[in-house]
Amino acid sequence: MAQLAVRGVTVRFGGNVALDGVDLDADPGMVTGLIGPNGAGKTTLFNVITGLIPLNSGSIQLNGAPMNDLSPTKRARRGLARTFQRLELFSLLSVRENIRVAADIRKGWARDGSDPAAVTEALIERIGLGAVADARVDALPTGQCRLVELGRSLATRPEVLLLDEPASGQDENETLAFGALLQELAAEGMAVVLVEHDVHLVMRVCHKVHVLDFGRIIAVGDPQQIQTNPAVVAAYLGTPG
Amino acid sequence: MSNLSAVEPPDNPARSNETGHQDHNLLELRGIRAAYERIDVLFGVDLVVPEASVVALLGPNGAGKTTTLRVAAGLHVPSAGDVLIAGRRVNGAKPEELARHGLCMIPEGRGIFPNLTVRENLRMMTYVGRSLAEIEEIAYSRFPRLAERRTQTAGTLSGGEQQMLAMARGMATEPALLILDELSMGLAPIIVAELYEMVAQVARSGVSILVVEQFASTVLGVADYAAIMVHGRIERAGRPDELAADLSKAYLGG
Amino acid sequence: MDKFLTFTIVGLATSAIYAVIASGLVLTYTTTGIFNFAQGAIGMLAAFTYWQLRFSWGWPTPVALIVVLFVLAPLFGILIDRVIMRGLQDTSETTKLVVSISLLIGMIGLAQIIWDPNVSRPYATFFATSKPLAIGPTTITWHQLITIAVAIAVAIGLRFLLYATRIGIAMRAAVDDRPLATLNGARPHRVSMFAWAIGSSLAALGGILIAPLVPLEAGTLSLLIISAYAAAIFGRLRSFPLVFVGAIVVGCTEGYLSGYLPQNQYLPGLRLASPAILLFIVLLLLPNPRLRGRTRSREFFPMPSRRGALGFAAGVTAAGVVLATTMSQPDLVTYGRVFSVGIIALSLVPLVGFAGQVSLCQLSFAGIGAIVMAHLGHNGNPIALVWAVLITAAIGAVIALPALRLSGIYLALGTAAFAIALDRWIFTLPKFSVFGLFNIDLFQQGSVSVDPLRLFGFTFDTPGSQMVLLSSVFALLSLLVVAIRRGRFGRRLLAMKDSEAACATLGLNLLGTKVTVFALSAGMAGLGGALLGSQLSSVSPQNFDLVTGLPIFALAVVGGIGAAGGALFGAVSLAGLLPLLAALLPSVSQYLVILPGLAGIGLGRNPNGAVHDLREGFMPIAKSRIVLVATVVVLAGLYAIRMLDAIDNWTYALLTMTTPLVAVVAATLLRRERADGVVPLEWRGVTEPWTDDDVRDLDRVLGLTEVELHGAARG
Ligand SMILES: Nc1ncnc2c1ncn2[C@@H]1O[C@H](COP(=O)(O)OP(=O)(O)OP(=O)(O)O)[C@@H](O)[C@H]1O
Ligand SMILES: Nc1ncnc2c1ncn2[C@@H]1O[C@H](COP(=O)(O)OP(=O)(O)OP(=O)(O)O)[C@@H](O)[C@H]1O
Ligand SMILES: [Mg+2]
Ligand SMILES: [Mg+2]
Repeated sequence: MAQLAVRGVTVRFGGNVALDGVDLDADPGMVTGLIGPNGAGKTTLFNVITGLIPLNSGSIQLNGAPMNDLSPTKRARRGLARTFQRLELFSLLSVRENIRVAADIRKGWARDGSDPAAVTEALIERIGLGAVADARVDALPTGQCRLVELGRSLATRPEVLLLDEPASGQDENETLAFGALLQELAAEGMAVVLVEHDVHLVMRVCHKVHVLDFGRIIAVGDPQQIQTNPAVVAAYLGTPG
Repeated sequence: MSNLSAVEPPDNPARSNETGHQDHNLLELRGIRAAYERIDVLFGVDLVVPEASVVALLGPNGAGKTTTLRVAAGLHVPSAGDVLIAGRRVNGAKPEELARHGLCMIPEGRGIFPNLTVRENLRMMTYVGRSLAEIEEIAYSRFPRLAERRTQTAGTLSGGEQQMLAMARGMATEPALLILDELSMGLAPIIVAELYEMVAQVARSGVSILVVEQFASTVLGVADYAAIMVHGRIERAGRPDELAADLSKAYLGG
Repeated sequence: MDKFLTFTIVGLATSAIYAVIASGLVLTYTTTGIFNFAQGAIGMLAAFTYWQLRFSWGWPTPVALIVVLFVLAPLFGILIDRVIMRGLQDTSETTKLVVSISLLIGMIGLAQIIWDPNVSRPYATFFATSKPLAIGPTTITWHQLITIAVAIAVAIGLRFLLYATRIGIAMRAAVDDRPLATLNGARPHRVSMFAWAIGSSLAALGGILIAPLVPLEAGTLSLLIISAYAAAIFGRLRSFPLVFVGAIVVGCTEGYLSGYLPQNQYLPGLRLASPAILLFIVLLLLPNPRLRGRTRSREFFPMPSRRGALGFAAGVTAAGVVLATTMSQPDLVTYGRVFSVGIIALSLVPLVGFAGQVSLCQLSFAGIGAIVMAHLGHNGNPIALVWAVLITAAIGAVIALPALRLSGIYLALGTAAFAIALDRWIFTLPKFSVFGLFNIDLFQQGSVSVDPLRLFGFTFDTPGSQMVLLSSVFALLSLLVVAIRRGRFGRRLLAMKDSEAACATLGLNLLGTKVTVFALSAGMAGLGGALLGSQLSSVSPQNFDLVTGLPIFALAVVGGIGAAGGALFGAVSLAGLLPLLAALLPSVSQYLVILPGLAGIGLGRNPNGAVHDLREGFMPIAKSRIVLVATVVVLAGLYAIRMLDAIDNWTYALLTMTTPLVAVVAATLLRRERADGVVPLEWRGVTEPWTDDDVRDLDRVLGLTEVELHGAARG
């Protein structure tokens, strides 16, 4: 059983069908890619999974338990975390405080023995934010903001991590390091779902890729299969490679 | 096409006699320094956009590319240096004056009004003196997707649709100088390819373009010149093929 | 049936006026992003001006109308835009709110200065002499008919303006993204000027139409439009047709209430409070909003240091002792409220400053605290303080429940409505009993006496002892506030203020957090109110009404709502400086009413608050240990001299105030001397090895752009 299972999810905005019977599985230990043209519905799917917008039909399950009726807060407590395409950082706080807030919140509901301060420092170290830890996030370039959001979501120790274009705004070096980090996280047993337009990154780090077009999944497979799938090339990749 | 050389400098018209010999440069930045609050981010930037050519400004995160563009478009007042447009010093000219005279800047991120509908966004483009009908025609023929969504609130468009709407301004208003900040950010490869195809077309029609990208590969194909910016300075400038070697060095923190 | 029709027509005519005012409100909101609390006040000023021209100077009606509606009102709108609103770009909703509230306070003051409130001013309706038209069994006056026609015309015109003309679209665009609007070639200054001109004309129109129907009184007229607010909210501050429907619902409800509400000793207050209650209901009926995403604003309140907080608390306590021992009894009574008002202002810091939740009903909580103290604190029983905190905290928590759905301006309006419902209705109730168990007689329909507090056998019954008590309580609470800001809960509040959506996806219980901070803040306000009550010894509803509370809110924000110092600043200016100025300059004391308004209006220039600048200014003292110690010694010395009666109060006050100024100068000079010890640029690398920093300094000084030098120096 997949950790996160999306079954037949449909979302309509007025007359527009943004998602149309979408199925998606994310397994522990794997980076699952979700790619597709702009407006395909990737962000909408993340919003539905995290409960920020309601769905019209279908179901979302975490570890086999349905989550449809849970609030975003409850879903987070079940082990779901995400980042946002349009950054949602706490601009009034420093980098360290951004991560610390999340660690504190987790301690509030998980009630395990974790020490939020230690968790925070470890994450800052791991993600490589040490040099800017005391800077206000407002003054950071987008690429680093993305990392802060990643750190913040990791501070809740999620089982499933949804990343919405985490590499956009990062330069080529940062993207390389970022890809390696994602693979590490998966290797530790996390289920990572990656929405990204940097095809090289997706093909390098994903074990499995879903392709969404006009709200429907048009292909699922490993990077090799996806890159040569004619439907995907036509809808998304353009010239192959 | 709009006439950028008609912009009147708000201060010291006496200096405008120093034109003439360099009107082949549509945009020229001389020794630009700029700061946010007390933090300096540009340390004397010199940059030239010759007429009818595409200049790519590349560089790592936080180098000051966006700030450079904001200075050129009149959104940010530099603490030192001169901005020359078609040979005239336009320091302190308001962004709306520059825009009405044919400078079109498409900012980083969402260059749209989220609470207006697509069509109302297009209506905002009529300030440069074209009719809504003309603008709609160009925008919808270039981006049919926008036509389907003309009454949708722009803020609920997907990221890519928003970028198309933003780009529609660059196409439909037919500016003299087009300034693009990270056009490809968050776009599907197929759309990036299409957009750059359009950039190339626009360039062929004689428009000068200054474009910022983090990923050199997307833009070098269409650029006539490129400049690499690191830490608020132009490190290198030249033809794209001359710069290939320097590029990797710049990004690797040279 | 006749009665019904009559009240329907009355209701519809009122609705029409509400619709006009609400449309103006929605216009300025959608086009400038500012919810103009002063919309009613502009209408009020226009009504007075019209009265002056038409009835006092006897100008012909059309001339007076044209001058007011098409000349003076638009000019006034343009003035407001240029002088006040232009500075408000990118500020938080709280800041914008305070500016418009201050405008309201200032304009009420202004009207009272120009038009003596004790003179009655008759005001005729339009076509007062023409015969009313018959409609079936009842009649409609020309005034009513005109009002309804005007409202319909306004609604259609505005909708056309905003959605079908380019300037209208540009107005909305400028709210979304002002820099982008300029990149499109729009001229946002011109656009917003136009919006304010029209908005102000609409307010004037509403004011002139409503003035004949009510007494011409500045305060009443300005707040009459609570009903218009309800209509505007009904239209989600966006849709003109819905605003129109909302106005009809509100106006007719009020009409029927006045026709059909039974006569009963508990209900007259309800009628007065009905607009507020309607507003509250409309707010609750708003659809569930999506979780709020990130909001950007210019304000930033730095983290207070532990040392600074302790210093501040010590200073406040010391100031309390000094004041208590140097001031005369009457002065202590006059200025005694500084710290009790301070505590109420302080209660806003966690709520507004940290959590970004606006509450305009803190003074109402204080009133509840005072009532609890009056009824349970016989002989100064301190347990009553505990009850005051618990009861107000519980009420605060209940108020917070709808707050999960409301935010920003909606929350401000909801809490204002709560405050009005309390002071117009609940606080005026005669004695009633709850389940036959206890009898409650809140203010005994007038005022109720409060016994002075007794603590550990000591009765705080002199103004001096109260001053010391209150300053220490304020100091302790300020430490609490700092502890919150530095701790887990504070970070959480700041995070929630930034992005609720992100907080929810991290597993934060938003409702719980909001309820907690509301309860905390209400409890603090309740405590402040209880202490204020026992200080005043007798309290009445007027001590705690909305209009009295607004300046506290406004001045605390002007001081800087993100820190305890801001609260103190607000309280000192309100309860200290204003009375002081009034005492010093009795001839202009009537003009002082507009000062709080003026202070708030300037907020746009410095949204971080006055205390922020003060702190920066006095920072050099804290940075230099010698100067700091010297300052404290000098202050203590001065106090000792004063205690020996060697100098009088004026000299003492003057010396005490100049000491810190001198200290700043001294500290700055000292620093400069030390800075001169830094190795001059030319000698670096000669007397000391080069560092990367030096290279950067050199680059900066020489203005070099070549990187070769950079590389060479490093290599
Ligand atoms: N609130 C909304 N109301 C109406 N339509 C919406 C809303 N939100 C999203 N949409 C539409 O749903 C579709 C899917 O949007 P979504 O943001 O999920 O795309 P996406 O796959 O994330 O694209 P991108 O890669 O460009 O971010 C788009 O066509 C968008 O216009
Ligand atoms: N509004 C601001 N306030 C303070 N600092 C800022 C602001 N905007 C940018 N900066 C800082 O100025 C520097 C240059 O920023 P700029 O946005 O020009 O860089 P960029 O090259 O466009 O980077 P990116 O690739 O992230 O877009 C960065 O260090 C950034 O942190
Ligand atoms: Mg998306
Ligand atoms: Mg940039």
